Amino acid sequence: MKAYENISLVKLKVNGETRDVAIRPADTLLRVLREKLGLTAAKPGCENGDCGACTVLINEKPVKSCMKLAVEVDAGAEIITLEGIKNSIIQETFLEEDGFQCGYCTPGFLVNAYALLKEHPDADDKLAKEWLESNICRCTGYEGIRNALKLAQEKLK
Amino acid sequence: MSEFKQIGRSFSRTDGLDKVHGKQEYVNDYQPTGLLHAALKISTHAHAKIKSIDTAEAEAASGVQAVITGDDFPVTLGLYMGDHPPLALHKVRHYGEPVAAVIANTEHQAKNAVELIKVKYEDLEVISSPTDGLKANAPLLHENMDEYTHIDAVHPEPGSNVANHTKIRKGEAAQAIADAEIVIEDTFSFPPCDHVAMETRAVISEIKANGNVVIHSTTQAPFTVKELLSFNFDIPVGKIKIIAPPIGGGFGGKAGIQLEGLGYLLTKAADGRPVKLVNDREEDMLSSPGHIGMEAKVRLGATADGKLIAAELDYHFDAGAYADYAVNVSNAAAISCTGPYDIPNVRCDSLCVYTNHPFATAFRGFGHVELAFPIERSMDLLAEKAGIDPVEIRMKNAIKEGDTSPTQSLMDANTGDLRECIKRAAKMINWDQGSFIKKDENKVIAKGFGLLWKSPAMPPNTGAGAIITFNKDGSLNLHTGIMEIGQGSKTGLAQIVAERFGTSPENIHLVQEVNTETAPHDWSTAASRSLMMAGRAALEAADDAIDQICRTAAIPLRCPPEDLIVEGGRVFLEDEPSIGLPLDDVVHGYVYENGNAIEGQVIGRGNYIARRLSGIDPETGKGRPSLEYTLGAQAVEIELDLNDYSYQIKKAVSCMDVGKVINPNLARGQVVGAISMGIGLARSEGFVFNSREQVVNGVLRDYKVLRYGEEPEYEIDFVETPQGDGPFGLRGLGEQGIIGIPGAIANALSRATGVKLNYIPLLPEDIWQSVKEASHNDSI
Repeated sequence: MKAYENISLVKLKVNGETRDVAIRPADTLLRVLREKLGLTAAKPGCENGDCGACTVLINEKPVKSCMKLAVEVDAGAEIITLEGIKNSIIQETFLEEDGFQCGYCTPGFLVNAYALLKEHPDADDKLAKEWLESNICRCTGYEGIRNALKLAQEKLK
Repeated sequence: MSEFKQIGRSFSRTDGLDKVHGKQEYVNDYQPTGLLHAALKISTHAHAKIKSIDTAEAEAASGVQAVITGDDFPVTLGLYMGDHPPLALHKVRHYGEPVAAVIANTEHQAKNAVELIKVKYEDLEVISSPTDGLKANAPLLHENMDEYTHIDAVHPEPGSNVANHTKIRKGEAAQAIADAEIVIEDTFSFPPCDHVAMETRAVISEIKANGNVVIHSTTQAPFTVKELLSFNFDIPVGKIKIIAPPIGGGFGGKAGIQLEGLGYLLTKAADGRPVKLVNDREEDMLSSPGHIGMEAKVRLGATADGKLIAAELDYHFDAGAYADYAVNVSNAAAISCTGPYDIPNVRCDSLCVYTNHPFATAFRGFGHVELAFPIERSMDLLAEKAGIDPVEIRMKNAIKEGDTSPTQSLMDANTGDLRECIKRAAKMINWDQGSFIKKDENKVIAKGFGLLWKSPAMPPNTGAGAIITFNKDGSLNLHTGIMEIGQGSKTGLAQIVAERFGTSPENIHLVQEVNTETAPHDWSTAASRSLMMAGRAALEAADDAIDQICRTAAIPLRCPPEDLIVEGGRVFLEDEPSIGLPLDDVVHGYVYENGNAIEGQVIGRGNYIARRLSGIDPETGKGRPSLEYTLGAQAVEIELDLNDYSYQIKKAVSCMDVGKVINPNLARGQVVGAISMGIGLARSEGFVFNSREQVVNGVLRDYKVLRYGEEPEYEIDFVETPQGDGPFGLRGLGEQGIIGIPGAIANALSRATGVKLNYIPLLPEDIWQSVKEASHNDSI
């Protein structure tokens, strides 16, 4: 089998800026963000859609960027990485409640939790589990993350 | 009111803001100029002769700079024993073993070329377990074991598959067992598994024009890596620089030498140009090392009232294909073989056995989580046989000051209060309200207990260093060789120094990245030793800096230096605080009005080396190898569904005697995180092998880890019996929380089902099978 090698020029709207990038059709959004645009917050953890470390927002919905080809992203779609989220309540509460240790899964978890709070500010435990069980953290035992989410919900009230 | 201002307070992590804004850089985030990329061809066989490797097509592929195989660099490396070629030599010994590497201009070119390499294998008989490896007619995994170099503390047995054999002989165990009124004997096991640090291992290596080797690595042990590269490749050690930014999870998996040796060969093959190699998840689980497996046989002897008098312990570890840290894990398990119990007569033979599994390295708990599983299960079996409550029998036998360890070393005045820990853990789990409760027809609630102890397993001459320099505003820079691996030790070290300086930790600037060219030497960020050992060094550096500050300030202040103290950014007369100077007037030398200057900059210097430690006797195990012992008690409450044997861990509690808690939130985070890893081991984490010893669950879709919402309610407590030689009385706590959990969960599930569950992971289907077998046996 021969891979399709031609380079395409695409426009991606990332964190509010429109960027031109030359990519291969097989390049994932994760690799383009990290390697072409220097936005390294989103992390490769499995590149198989299992761990969520690569989560970014596309039009406010969390997406595993390792499972998405960059050429698939609709023209004009708003891509937000953790670099595009500054001083949000959930970042504040992650700090207060020790929602992280090594920090590697943190960008994915934060982006996911940020979207959850926007769409379902009153999410109960069941809904929060539905959203956040797509991300793996090996350090915290999830206690700090759960507490950070709850504290953010209180602060947003 | 606390006597301390900075110790015992939950300061925010010094690396926190960067981490929650995606600004923390890890090795794989670096993209230096001129970077080449490497990819690995890995073995599809667990044990096979390599008949041929055809690299011609790969070499001709687009963008390829070089293709290398084991034959290009026929060397063997090792941490404690030099048994491991960076690329397989003549044969492969485990599924996933790297056999060739491609270096290309881009990563995808490298990966494409890997597909063009053709390897021909001839299958060899596989060793699937320690039992298999110990059979008289077992194939030898390492025929040339007698030629391997190894450290003195390792005792390999050439002509067999035993990579290390540690013996403990204390008292007369066999006789005492024969005399015992109650004896229990059983076997226990668990398979190898993986750390699953979220960051996979990565390395960027380069050789400079002057021959200097520069390696960026995801390592917990930059100095160990540097020294082993020098030893194995005959490079002067001063010409090697390891740069180690904070890592995305260690858990022991990055504590030895990992990809760095191969990284050096890659850049060598590419004319010294920088080459990046990043494990994908499958490689990280299979090609790089994981958690050791084990088969254990335990025999305990006790008096009729449940007092332990003897233990006979056979620990057979599944090291996998290479020795790496496994030979010391098995050694550490022997040194602490009884768990935290006072047993006068002990025999332990701890064997580290080669098998055709992915190889093992350090893992959180290092030998202690492994030994605790068979021991804690056995304590419950003993309690049952003696008709004594499981908590009471642990209380009765808990080790205390004045007892001796399995290595016949006296438990000194620094021994923690294990009985208090047991008491508190029992209270937290409401043990007195019952350990078996039938909730309804389908659901059972059961509780299980597990004790823990842990000492650092490290060379007796392990040391740490600290340097304090100053900025012009009087703030401090603290340099150590300690790695930030998520544990937050640097924040704790800042608190320790801040306490001495009477300032806030915000005024202590931490050098996050470790560069072996500039950082003081440090053995490894492992063994839960950082805060204790580097903490002692940091205290000494702080005192040294304060002495210099007082000496300089005493000259213009015209007073004896011993009358001065440092606090709140000033140096002043203790009994007349208005007479003094701000630190920024002193730390870079005092300057008089006319421009004359005296004394110059302050550089604080401190070190610490482990005190009065020794190796152990090869025949009896007698010696003093343990810096300190952290003791503790843990318990869980589970809810089991009797229809399908699925279960939830509702609550996990832990109480450890850590001497002194420096940062309560960070301490809690370490214990909670460790408990969650213990739950992982007990609940679901283990490699599954097919009949050819290929791993069939080497990706995170099939290898199940704990997910958000599956965690229990955690309740954590600490007892503070000071460690006399620890800074502010502290001892290690980073790994310990994992240790008692697998045993506690297996005890709870055994209680819930009424069936002996002596293995982990405890998958519902396996529990169902065990229950079925037990009822079948009963009916015979």
